[in-house]
Amino acid sequence: MTTSATTYRLDPAQVRAEFLRLLPISLFVVAFGAAFGLAAVQKGIVPLEATLMSVLVFAGASQFAVLELWGEQVALLPLIAITFAINSRHLLMGASLYPMLRQMPIAQRYGILLVLTDANWAVAAQDYQNGRRNLEVILGGGFVLWVAWLIGTLLGVYFGGLLQEPKSLGLDMVLGCFLLAMALGGRKNSRVIVAWTVAGAAAMAAYWWLPPHTHVVVGALAGGAVGFFWLERQSDEH
Amino acid sequence: MSIETTHLGVLLIIVIMAAVTLVTRWGGPFLMSYVTINPRVESFINTMASSVLIAILTPMAFTGDLGARLALATTAILMLALRKPLPAIAGGILAAAGARYVFQ
Repeated sequence: MTTSATTYRLDPAQVRAEFLRLLPISLFVVAFGAAFGLAAVQKGIVPLEATLMSVLVFAGASQFAVLELWGEQVALLPLIAITFAINSRHLLMGASLYPMLRQMPIAQRYGILLVLTDANWAVAAQDYQNGRRNLEVILGGGFVLWVAWLIGTLLGVYFGGLLQEPKSLGLDMVLGCFLLAMALGGRKNSRVIVAWTVAGAAAMAAYWWLPPHTHVVVGALAGGAVGFFWLERQSDEH
Repeated sequence: MSIETTHLGVLLIIVIMAAVTLVTRWGGPFLMSYVTINPRVESFINTMASSVLIAILTPMAFTGDLGARLALATTAILMLALRKPLPAIAGGILAAAGARYVFQ
Protein backbone atom coordinates (compact mmCIF):
# COMPACT_ATOMS: atom_id res chain seq x y z
CA MET A 1 0.00 0.00 0.00
CA THR A 2 2.77 2.45 0.82
CA THR A 3 4.37 2.16 -2.61
CA SER A 4 1.49 3.72 -4.55
CA ALA A 5 0.36 5.96 -1.68
CA THR A 6 0.86 9.45 -3.06
CA THR A 7 1.18 9.35 -6.83
CA TYR A 8 -2.02 11.37 -7.24
CA ARG A 9 -1.50 15.04 -6.47
CA LEU A 10 -4.39 17.48 -6.70
CA ASP A 11 -3.52 20.28 -9.10
CA PRO A 12 -4.87 23.58 -7.68
CA ALA A 13 -5.30 25.14 -11.13
CA GLN A 14 -7.31 22.10 -12.21
CA VAL A 15 -9.46 22.32 -9.04
CA ARG A 16 -10.32 25.91 -9.98
CA ALA A 17 -11.03 24.88 -13.57
CA GLU A 18 -13.44 22.17 -12.36
CA PHE A 19 -15.13 24.70 -10.03
CA LEU A 20 -15.86 26.81 -13.12
CA ARG A 21 -16.81 23.76 -15.20
CA LEU A 22 -19.65 22.88 -12.80
CA LEU A 23 -20.66 26.51 -12.21
CA PRO A 24 -23.41 26.43 -14.89
CA ILE A 25 -25.04 23.28 -13.49
CA SER A 26 -24.73 24.63 -9.94
CA LEU A 27 -27.03 27.52 -10.92
CA PHE A 28 -29.78 24.91 -11.26
CA VAL A 29 -28.77 23.45 -7.89
CA VAL A 30 -29.55 26.90 -6.43
CA ALA A 31 -33.13 26.43 -7.68
CA PHE A 32 -33.35 22.98 -6.06
CA GLY A 33 -31.93 24.36 -2.84
CA ALA A 34 -34.57 27.09 -2.90
CA ALA A 35 -37.28 24.47 -3.34
CA PHE A 36 -35.90 22.59 -0.32
CA GLY A 37 -35.66 25.74 1.79
CA LEU A 38 -39.25 26.62 0.98
CA ALA A 39 -40.51 23.11 1.72
CA ALA A 40 -38.58 23.04 5.01
CA VAL A 41 -40.00 26.28 6.39
CA GLN A 42 -43.48 25.16 5.33
CA LYS A 43 -42.95 22.13 7.60
CA GLY A 44 -42.13 24.48 10.50
CA ILE A 45 -38.35 24.13 10.43
CA VAL A 46 -36.74 27.49 11.24
CA PRO A 47 -34.46 29.05 8.58
CA LEU A 48 -31.25 28.55 10.55
CA GLU A 49 -31.99 24.84 11.07
CA ALA A 50 -32.86 24.26 7.42
CA THR A 51 -29.65 26.03 6.37
CA LEU A 52 -27.57 24.05 8.85
CA MET A 53 -29.05 20.84 7.46
CA SER A 54 -28.00 21.81 3.92
CA VAL A 55 -24.51 22.74 5.12
CA LEU A 56 -23.87 19.56 7.09
CA VAL A 57 -25.89 16.90 5.25
CA PHE A 58 -25.56 18.21 1.65
CA ALA A 59 -27.66 15.41 0.15
CA GLY A 60 -30.81 16.85 -1.40
CA ALA A 61 -32.94 13.78 -2.00
CA SER A 62 -32.58 12.56 1.59
CA GLN A 63 -33.28 16.06 2.94
CA PHE A 64 -36.54 16.19 0.99
CA ALA A 65 -37.43 12.67 2.15
CA VAL A 66 -36.95 13.55 5.82
CA LEU A 67 -39.49 16.36 5.43
CA GLU A 68 -42.02 13.60 4.72
CA LEU A 69 -41.35 12.21 8.23
CA TRP A 70 -41.65 15.62 9.86
CA GLY A 71 -44.10 16.26 12.70
CA GLU A 72 -44.08 16.98 16.44
CA GLN A 73 -41.66 14.08 16.60
CA VAL A 74 -39.45 12.31 14.08
CA ALA A 75 -39.07 8.54 14.44
CA LEU A 76 -35.40 7.63 14.84
CA LEU A 77 -35.17 4.33 12.97
CA PRO A 78 -37.02 5.48 9.83
CA LEU A 79 -34.85 8.64 9.88
CA ILE A 80 -31.66 6.58 9.85
CA ALA A 81 -32.98 3.95 7.43
CA ILE A 82 -34.26 6.43 4.85
CA THR A 83 -31.16 8.63 5.02
CA PHE A 84 -28.95 5.58 4.58
CA ALA A 85 -31.01 3.99 1.81
CA ILE A 86 -31.24 7.15 -0.29
CA ASN A 87 -27.56 7.98 0.14
CA SER A 88 -26.28 4.40 -0.16
CA ARG A 89 -25.48 5.14 -3.81
CA HIS A 90 -22.53 7.17 -2.43
CA LEU A 91 -21.04 3.85 -1.27
CA LEU A 92 -20.88 2.63 -4.87
CA MET A 93 -19.80 6.00 -6.24
CA GLY A 94 -16.96 6.23 -3.73
CA ALA A 95 -15.94 2.63 -4.37
CA SER A 96 -15.79 3.28 -8.11
CA LEU A 97 -13.27 6.08 -7.51
CA TYR A 98 -11.07 3.90 -5.31
CA PRO A 99 -8.49 3.01 -7.98
CA MET A 100 -7.70 6.74 -8.13
CA LEU A 101 -8.35 7.58 -4.47
CA ARG A 102 -5.91 4.93 -3.23
CA GLN A 103 -3.06 6.87 -4.85
CA MET A 104 -3.78 9.86 -2.65
CA PRO A 105 -2.82 10.54 1.00
CA ILE A 106 -5.54 9.27 3.33
CA ALA A 107 -6.43 12.70 4.79
CA GLN A 108 -6.93 14.16 1.29
CA ARG A 109 -8.80 11.05 0.14
CA TYR A 110 -11.42 11.30 2.88
CA GLY A 111 -11.32 15.09 2.79
CA ILE A 112 -12.46 15.44 -0.80
CA LEU A 113 -15.16 12.79 -0.22
CA LEU A 114 -16.93 15.26 2.10
CA VAL A 115 -18.33 16.94 -1.03
CA LEU A 116 -18.92 13.77 -3.06
CA THR A 117 -22.31 14.01 -4.75
CA ASP A 118 -24.02 12.82 -7.95
CA ALA A 119 -23.00 15.55 -10.37
CA ASN A 120 -19.29 15.86 -9.56
CA TRP A 121 -18.98 12.08 -9.29
CA ALA A 122 -20.63 11.63 -12.69
CA VAL A 123 -18.03 13.89 -14.30
CA ALA A 124 -15.15 12.09 -12.58
CA ALA A 125 -16.55 8.69 -13.59
CA GLN A 126 -17.06 9.76 -17.20
CA ASP A 127 -13.55 11.18 -17.40
CA TYR A 128 -12.15 7.94 -15.94
CA GLN A 129 -14.03 5.89 -18.56
CA ASN A 130 -12.41 8.10 -21.18
CA GLY A 131 -8.95 7.50 -19.74
CA ARG A 132 -8.55 10.71 -17.74
CA ARG A 133 -7.86 10.79 -13.99
CA ASN A 134 -9.86 13.65 -12.53
CA LEU A 135 -10.32 13.83 -8.78
CA GLU A 136 -10.03 17.61 -8.98
CA VAL A 137 -13.66 17.71 -10.08
CA ILE A 138 -14.70 15.96 -6.85
CA LEU A 139 -13.14 18.81 -4.84
CA GLY A 140 -13.63 21.85 -7.10
CA GLY A 141 -16.96 20.73 -8.56
CA GLY A 142 -18.19 19.48 -5.19
CA PHE A 143 -17.36 22.78 -3.55
CA VAL A 144 -19.28 24.87 -6.09
CA LEU A 145 -22.27 22.50 -5.78
CA TRP A 146 -22.13 22.76 -1.98
CA VAL A 147 -22.05 26.57 -2.11
CA ALA A 148 -24.94 26.54 -4.59
CA TRP A 149 -26.98 24.22 -2.34
CA LEU A 150 -26.32 26.55 0.61
CA ILE A 151 -27.22 29.73 -1.32
CA GLY A 152 -30.32 28.04 -2.71
CA THR A 153 -31.49 26.96 0.74
CA LEU A 154 -30.99 30.48 2.08
CA LEU A 155 -32.99 31.94 -0.83
CA GLY A 156 -35.73 29.37 -0.28
CA VAL A 157 -36.15 29.95 3.44
CA TYR A 158 -36.23 33.75 3.05
CA PHE A 159 -37.67 34.32 -0.45
CA GLY A 160 -39.28 30.94 -1.17
CA GLY A 161 -42.35 32.40 -2.82
CA LEU A 162 -40.25 33.26 -5.87
CA LEU A 163 -40.03 29.62 -6.85
CA GLN A 164 -43.39 28.06 -6.11
CA GLU A 165 -43.45 25.80 -9.15
CA PRO A 166 -39.96 24.67 -10.18
CA LYS A 167 -41.56 21.77 -12.06
CA SER A 168 -43.33 23.97 -14.59
CA LEU A 169 -39.90 25.32 -15.55
CA GLY A 170 -38.54 21.81 -16.00
CA LEU A 171 -36.12 22.32 -13.11
CA ASP A 172 -36.92 18.92 -11.58
CA MET A 173 -35.28 17.33 -14.64
CA VAL A 174 -31.91 19.10 -14.38
CA LEU A 175 -30.14 16.34 -12.51
CA GLY A 176 -31.74 13.58 -14.59
CA CYS A 177 -30.69 15.23 -17.86
CA PHE A 178 -27.22 15.93 -16.49
CA LEU A 179 -26.66 12.32 -15.39
CA LEU A 180 -27.98 11.01 -18.71
CA ALA A 181 -25.61 13.28 -20.63
CA MET A 182 -22.73 11.96 -18.51
CA ALA A 183 -23.74 8.32 -19.08
CA LEU A 184 -23.97 8.81 -22.85
CA GLY A 185 -20.66 10.70 -22.94
CA GLY A 186 -18.75 7.62 -21.75
CA ARG A 187 -17.53 4.64 -23.73
CA LYS A 188 -20.17 2.43 -25.32
CA ASN A 189 -19.68 -1.10 -26.60
CA SER A 190 -21.77 -4.26 -26.56
CA ARG A 191 -20.55 -5.11 -23.05
CA VAL A 192 -21.65 -1.72 -21.71
CA ILE A 193 -25.01 -1.94 -23.47
CA VAL A 194 -25.68 -5.38 -21.93
CA ALA A 195 -24.65 -4.08 -18.49
CA TRP A 196 -26.97 -1.07 -18.84
CA THR A 197 -29.88 -3.26 -19.90
CA VAL A 198 -29.34 -5.54 -16.90
CA ALA A 199 -28.91 -2.52 -14.59
CA GLY A 200 -32.09 -0.87 -15.88
CA ALA A 201 -34.15 -4.07 -15.61
CA ALA A 202 -32.88 -4.82 -12.10
CA ALA A 203 -33.52 -1.23 -11.01
CA MET A 204 -37.12 -1.41 -12.25
CA ALA A 205 -37.67 -4.81 -10.58
CA ALA A 206 -36.33 -3.40 -7.31
CA TYR A 207 -38.40 -0.24 -7.76
CA TRP A 208 -41.59 -2.28 -8.08
CA TRP A 209 -40.96 -5.20 -5.71
CA LEU A 210 -38.25 -4.33 -3.18
CA PRO A 211 -38.34 -1.77 -0.33
CA PRO A 212 -38.33 1.90 -1.40
CA HIS A 213 -34.97 3.53 -2.24
CA THR A 214 -33.13 0.24 -2.90
CA HIS A 215 -33.36 0.40 -6.70
CA VAL A 216 -30.17 2.39 -7.34
CA VAL A 217 -27.92 0.01 -5.43
CA VAL A 218 -29.65 -3.13 -6.77
CA GLY A 219 -29.47 -1.91 -10.37
CA ALA A 220 -25.85 -0.77 -10.11
CA LEU A 221 -24.68 -4.04 -8.54
CA ALA A 222 -26.51 -6.03 -11.21
CA GLY A 223 -24.81 -3.99 -13.93
CA GLY A 224 -21.48 -4.41 -12.15
CA ALA A 225 -21.98 -8.20 -12.09
CA VAL A 226 -22.03 -8.14 -15.90
CA GLY A 227 -18.60 -6.49 -15.81
CA PHE A 228 -17.37 -9.02 -13.25
CA PHE A 229 -18.17 -11.98 -15.49
CA TRP A 230 -17.56 -10.33 -18.88
CA LEU A 231 -14.06 -8.91 -18.96
CA GLU A 232 -13.08 -6.37 -21.56
CA ARG A 233 -10.45 -7.60 -24.00
CA GLN A 234 -7.33 -5.45 -24.17
CA SER A 235 -8.00 -4.70 -27.84
CA ASP A 236 -11.36 -3.07 -26.94
CA GLU A 237 -9.69 -0.60 -24.65
CA HIS A 238 -9.65 2.37 -27.00
CA MET B 1 -37.91 5.80 19.55
CA SER B 2 -38.57 9.34 18.43
CA ILE B 3 -36.92 12.74 18.56
CA GLU B 4 -38.97 15.82 19.52
CA THR B 5 -38.64 18.58 16.93
CA THR B 6 -37.56 21.20 19.45
CA HIS B 7 -34.44 23.23 18.62
CA LEU B 8 -32.18 20.69 20.31
CA GLY B 9 -34.09 17.82 18.75
CA VAL B 10 -33.74 19.26 15.25
CA LEU B 11 -30.01 19.72 15.86
CA LEU B 12 -29.82 16.06 16.85
CA ILE B 13 -31.72 15.06 13.69
CA ILE B 14 -29.30 17.07 11.54
CA VAL B 15 -26.28 15.52 13.25
CA ILE B 16 -27.67 12.01 12.79
CA MET B 17 -28.43 12.64 9.11
CA ALA B 18 -24.98 14.16 8.57
CA ALA B 19 -23.28 11.19 10.26
CA VAL B 20 -25.25 8.59 8.29
CA THR B 21 -24.55 10.43 5.03
CA LEU B 22 -20.87 10.71 5.90
CA VAL B 23 -20.76 6.93 6.44
CA THR B 24 -22.08 6.50 2.87
CA ARG B 25 -19.54 9.01 1.47
CA TRP B 26 -16.59 7.42 3.29
CA GLY B 27 -17.76 3.81 3.38
CA GLY B 28 -17.15 2.85 -0.26
CA PRO B 29 -13.44 3.67 -0.43
CA PHE B 30 -12.97 2.42 3.14
CA LEU B 31 -14.39 -1.01 2.29
CA MET B 32 -12.49 -1.06 -1.00
CA SER B 33 -9.22 -0.64 0.89
CA TYR B 34 -9.72 -4.25 2.07
CA VAL B 35 -10.33 -5.54 -1.46
CA THR B 36 -7.50 -6.66 -3.71
CA ILE B 37 -7.92 -4.93 -7.03
CA ASN B 38 -7.42 -7.38 -9.88
CA PRO B 39 -8.67 -6.98 -13.47
CA ARG B 40 -11.96 -8.69 -12.61
CA VAL B 41 -12.65 -6.36 -9.67
CA GLU B 42 -11.66 -3.37 -11.77
CA SER B 43 -14.03 -4.47 -14.53
CA PHE B 44 -16.80 -4.83 -11.91
CA ILE B 45 -16.11 -1.33 -10.57
CA ASN B 46 -16.03 0.29 -14.01
CA THR B 47 -19.22 -1.37 -15.19
CA MET B 48 -20.96 -0.62 -11.91
CA ALA B 49 -20.00 3.06 -12.23
CA SER B 50 -22.04 3.74 -15.35
CA SER B 51 -24.74 1.33 -14.16
CA VAL B 52 -25.34 3.61 -11.15
CA LEU B 53 -26.48 6.30 -13.58
CA ILE B 54 -28.75 3.93 -15.49
CA ALA B 55 -30.26 2.65 -12.22
CA ILE B 56 -31.07 6.24 -11.19
CA LEU B 57 -32.47 7.17 -14.60
CA THR B 58 -34.60 4.15 -15.58
CA PRO B 59 -37.32 4.63 -12.91
CA MET B 60 -37.33 8.37 -13.74
CA ALA B 61 -38.13 7.52 -17.36
CA PHE B 62 -40.66 4.77 -16.52
CA THR B 63 -42.61 6.58 -13.81
CA GLY B 64 -42.13 10.20 -14.89
CA ASP B 65 -44.75 12.33 -16.64
CA LEU B 66 -44.64 13.22 -20.34
CA GLY B 67 -42.40 16.20 -19.55
CA ALA B 68 -39.86 14.00 -17.78
CA ARG B 69 -39.78 11.47 -20.63
CA LEU B 70 -39.45 14.12 -23.32
CA ALA B 71 -36.68 15.76 -21.30
CA LEU B 72 -34.65 12.56 -21.12
CA ALA B 73 -35.31 11.68 -24.78
CA THR B 74 -34.27 15.17 -25.93
CA THR B 75 -31.09 15.07 -23.85
CA ALA B 76 -30.22 11.62 -25.22
CA ILE B 77 -30.71 12.65 -28.85
CA LEU B 78 -28.81 15.94 -28.49
CA MET B 79 -25.99 14.29 -26.56
CA LEU B 80 -25.54 11.55 -29.16
CA ALA B 81 -25.75 14.08 -32.01
CA LEU B 82 -23.64 16.93 -30.60
CA ARG B 83 -21.55 15.19 -27.89
CA LYS B 84 -21.77 18.39 -25.83
CA PRO B 85 -23.44 18.11 -22.38
CA LEU B 86 -24.61 21.68 -21.82
CA PRO B 87 -26.80 22.07 -24.95
CA ALA B 88 -28.13 18.54 -24.37
CA ILE B 89 -29.14 19.33 -20.78
CA ALA B 90 -30.59 22.73 -21.70
CA GLY B 91 -32.60 21.09 -24.50
CA GLY B 92 -33.95 18.50 -22.08
CA ILE B 93 -35.08 21.11 -19.56
CA LEU B 94 -36.72 23.18 -22.29
CA ALA B 95 -38.52 20.05 -23.51
CA ALA B 96 -39.89 19.36 -20.01
CA ALA B 97 -41.01 22.97 -19.53
CA GLY B 98 -42.53 23.06 -23.02
CA ALA B 99 -44.42 19.77 -22.64
CA ARG B 100 -45.85 20.86 -19.30
CA TYR B 101 -46.83 24.26 -20.67
CA VAL B 102 -48.67 22.70 -23.61
CA PHE B 103 -50.29 19.68 -21.95
CA GLN B 104 -51.12 20.86 -18.41
